[in-house]
Amino acid sequence: MEAKIVITILGILLIILVNWYFFFSKRKATVAELKERGIQEVKVTVKGGYTPDVIVVKKNLPVRINFYRDETAECSDTIVFGDFNIRKPLPAFKITTIEFTPEKPGEYTFTCGMGMMKGKLVVE
Amino acid sequence: MPRDLVCGMEVKKGEAAGVSGYKGKKYYFCSKNCQEKFDQAPEKYIQSGIDSKTKVKDTSRETKVEQLERVDLPIGGMTCASCAQTIQKSLLELKGVNKASVNFATSRATLTYDPQQAEVENFISAIRKSGYDVGTAFIEVPIQGIDCASCVQKIEKALLATKGVTQAVVNLATQKAKVEYLPSETRLDEVKDAIESTGYKVMEIPTEEQVEDVERVQREKEYKKLKKKFLVGLVISVLIFLGSSEWIPGVPEIWRNFLVLWILATPVQFWVGWQFYRGAWGAFIHRNADMNTLIAVGTSAAYLYSVVATLLPALFTRGGIEPKVYFDTSTIIITLILLGKLLEARAKGQTSEAIRKLMGLQAKTARVIREGKETDIPVEEVLVGDVVLVRPGERIPVDGIIKEGKSSVDESMITGESIPVEKSEGDEVIGATINKTGTFKFEAIKVGKDTALAQIIKLVQDAQGSKAPIQRLADVISGYFVPIVISISIATFIIWFDFGPNPALTFALLNFVAVMIIACPCALGLATPTAIMVGTGKGAEHGVLIKGGESLETAHKLTTIVFDKTGTLTKGQPEVTDIISANNFTPKDILEYAACAEKGSEHPLGEAIVKKATGENIELSDPKDFNAIAGHGIEANINKREVILGNLKLMHDRKIELGDLESKSERLANDGKTPMYVSIDGRAAGIIAVADTLKQNSRKAVEDLHKLGLEAVMLTGDNPRTAEAIAKKVGIDKALSEVLPEDKVREVKRLQSKGKVVAMVGDGINDAPALAQADVGIAIGTGTDVAMEASDITLIKGDLQGVVAAIELSKRTIKTIKQNLFWAFFYNTVGIPIAAGILYPFFAILLNPIIASAAMAFSSVSVVSNSLRLRRFRFKS
Repeated sequence: MEAKIVITILGILLIILVNWYFFFSKRKATVAELKERGIQEVKVTVKGGYTPDVIVVKKNLPVRINFYRDETAECSDTIVFGDFNIRKPLPAFKITTIEFTPEKPGEYTFTCGMGMMKGKLVVE
Repeated sequence: MPRDLVCGMEVKKGEAAGVSGYKGKKYYFCSKNCQEKFDQAPEKYIQSGIDSKTKVKDTSRETKVEQLERVDLPIGGMTCASCAQTIQKSLLELKGVNKASVNFATSRATLTYDPQQAEVENFISAIRKSGYDVGTAFIEVPIQGIDCASCVQKIEKALLATKGVTQAVVNLATQKAKVEYLPSETRLDEVKDAIESTGYKVMEIPTEEQVEDVERVQREKEYKKLKKKFLVGLVISVLIFLGSSEWIPGVPEIWRNFLVLWILATPVQFWVGWQFYRGAWGAFIHRNADMNTLIAVGTSAAYLYSVVATLLPALFTRGGIEPKVYFDTSTIIITLILLGKLLEARAKGQTSEAIRKLMGLQAKTARVIREGKETDIPVEEVLVGDVVLVRPGERIPVDGIIKEGKSSVDESMITGESIPVEKSEGDEVIGATINKTGTFKFEAIKVGKDTALAQIIKLVQDAQGSKAPIQRLADVISGYFVPIVISISIATFIIWFDFGPNPALTFALLNFVAVMIIACPCALGLATPTAIMVGTGKGAEHGVLIKGGESLETAHKLTTIVFDKTGTLTKGQPEVTDIISANNFTPKDILEYAACAEKGSEHPLGEAIVKKATGENIELSDPKDFNAIAGHGIEANINKREVILGNLKLMHDRKIELGDLESKSERLANDGKTPMYVSIDGRAAGIIAVADTLKQNSRKAVEDLHKLGLEAVMLTGDNPRTAEAIAKKVGIDKALSEVLPEDKVREVKRLQSKGKVVAMVGDGINDAPALAQADVGIAIGTGTDVAMEASDITLIKGDLQGVVAAIELSKRTIKTIKQNLFWAFFYNTVGIPIAAGILYPFFAILLNPIIASAAMAFSSVSVVSNSLRLRRFRFKS
């Protein structure tokens, strides 16, 4: 009987932990570096996810994101910025550059081809 | 070699832009500009010319001439000779510019300048500021081993010092130099040499196509590795299966030993299945969870339980449980899922085949004629205005207009039209099409990313990257999917452990694993994108360009197709068919006056009349006080006579007595012709009738649309009778006549307000507002000029069957997406509860985790395969 209580409590705690970790824990944001001619540049490493996965940029200035895909896992083989109509293959162990200019402030998600890996672009 | 006395340049006699005679001697000039200057004050230039030649006295000028540099800049966007003047003026105003001449015909600016005071970059920005463009080329050069900021500067400096390089930015992060250069001044090898002179190595400059290739090679390598792992996994799985299945006779006892099974299972768990751990960990540190997480956690649970049972069986026996191992479960799951991944990888590679095919169409080199010489150059270096030579059997490198020669060209790869098209001087040619029979020279009009092929590729890529609204739900779900599945698994474990039959721990473990393994987020994620990729690719192969998932989705809901008549249903090239005279005017009078009046008009009906008149050698005088009355007709003064040409409404407005002309006109209109009344000095002179012939496939297309259950409506500016006659000929349900161009939008809106989902078919230019208003705008026959802005679907061919094809394709693609989504949702919503054991209390059915893994492996493969079936889709039309 005790075993059951222990397992039940542990299990429920585990469920809470899983959901907190994946959905509610805070992520670190990275501000894109301002480069020559007003280009905001940031390098993102793609390996099981995006590092950094929250990118802060300013509106109306061109954004250049250099994605370096540090794996061959197929899940990450495409990067999608749905709001900007961008879908680009990311060849493994190579840098793929994506450039666009966000015009409206807001939060835009970028994902892998299937929408499972996620990152956020915050336009201020 | 003679020297241009004005600018000091050497000029070949045969290539001089101008020759002037002065005092019995000939002088040669590099440009008309120099010649003009010389002609104005020949003595001045002859004197200084002698001075510099004989090198007496004025040495300062001599050195100055030697220090000057010359550059040729190709200019884009000039439409007239005055543009050339504007540019020339702005260039001459710049500091350090010694001489500038801009030639409109060759679209080139030639400058001599003092490099101490001016740089080519200044000229380019000055030209751009005056509203024109300089034909520079961009190239990204990958460089090996740039590791410091100072290297960046060194390379940039070397590049900028190269003649013809206008801009160079080296990016440390991408290890690439972005170079803007003038292809007329420098070649790619020189750019390369400049970089290598700094001690860095240039890696092969990749073209778009090669980048794709690199990826494919990578994929193939992965695929091979995966295959090897799968085979190892398969062999071990069979061995473990034999050892674990007690019902199989003849297996030696040692084989059933837990320790042996453990030794066998370990490489499968950590070598064959390593990618799941790697993937899961990578996702975990990013606070993501994916399929790898589920498989890693699921198989690890089975594996660890078995390891404990192997090493510490007492732990189980003490609790009253018989120690059992599940090494077969963990190894077989890993092997089966690898097999699924193998099949999926192969299938997914095929979904982007259409884009690869399109990219492969690009010619690699072009044979251009520069300075009278034929040279083969990379297609990236072809400039607007270059004359390109194409021989039979060769691919046309860029878009342009034939200047010399004729041939037949196979355009099937772009338009989908299988019959070669005859082309001669003045005709457009499209890059990537194949020259069949003759040799011709053409002038490049569109190069680089402006060519039809480049635009098509971009469009298809964009479309493939776009999302369909139907996908939204799946996207939201896949974002939450895995953590929720993990939660369900844990809950399953608790419930079985607390309330399940004995041995509760075993049931809890197996069902926990089954839930983890059966859940398949991949099927959800792949359902829409793969179908859109294959569907839009298939369309592109047939000259049907679809803007994106949303257009595709709306197209399948259409109820009504609205056609613009002229140029869409008909060829849009009307001819004069009848001339009826009245009131003592002769048919020739009518034709003459009508043609004179129409001389100033650009209306196709007017053009038909003018064409007829010129065909009969009638001389046309210029109209005065020309006035076009939109949708009604025109009026003009010709040889002091008031001529009105137009429809019944106009004649009534002007109170012109028509007599029996009205009934004659009716008869013509009943035949589907467009009769126009001609009145001269307020008296009816007669009727001139023009008819536009139907396109070959219009009738068949409308018939096919009816079969698809769609209503066809025609919009035309013609009178109701003409409209009816044509509508009857084509089989249109409803003809809306006397619609003024500006009313097309309103008609579309009116249909929409009746609850109809409307597609408007018209040309992308005149009908743009109506195309934009319609739920789906279909631009037709815009040829190479892909007018994408207003339309959702662009048909490269002028054939109306394309409309049918587009709708058929959208219906089929959406059907595929729905099947995929249904399967993915159904599979997961049914599969997960069954795996959790929901059927056990009623039917005592439990899902073996191995069966769960097989189901999971094949569910995503089946989704991709279903999308790939679209490739075999045949258009009925």
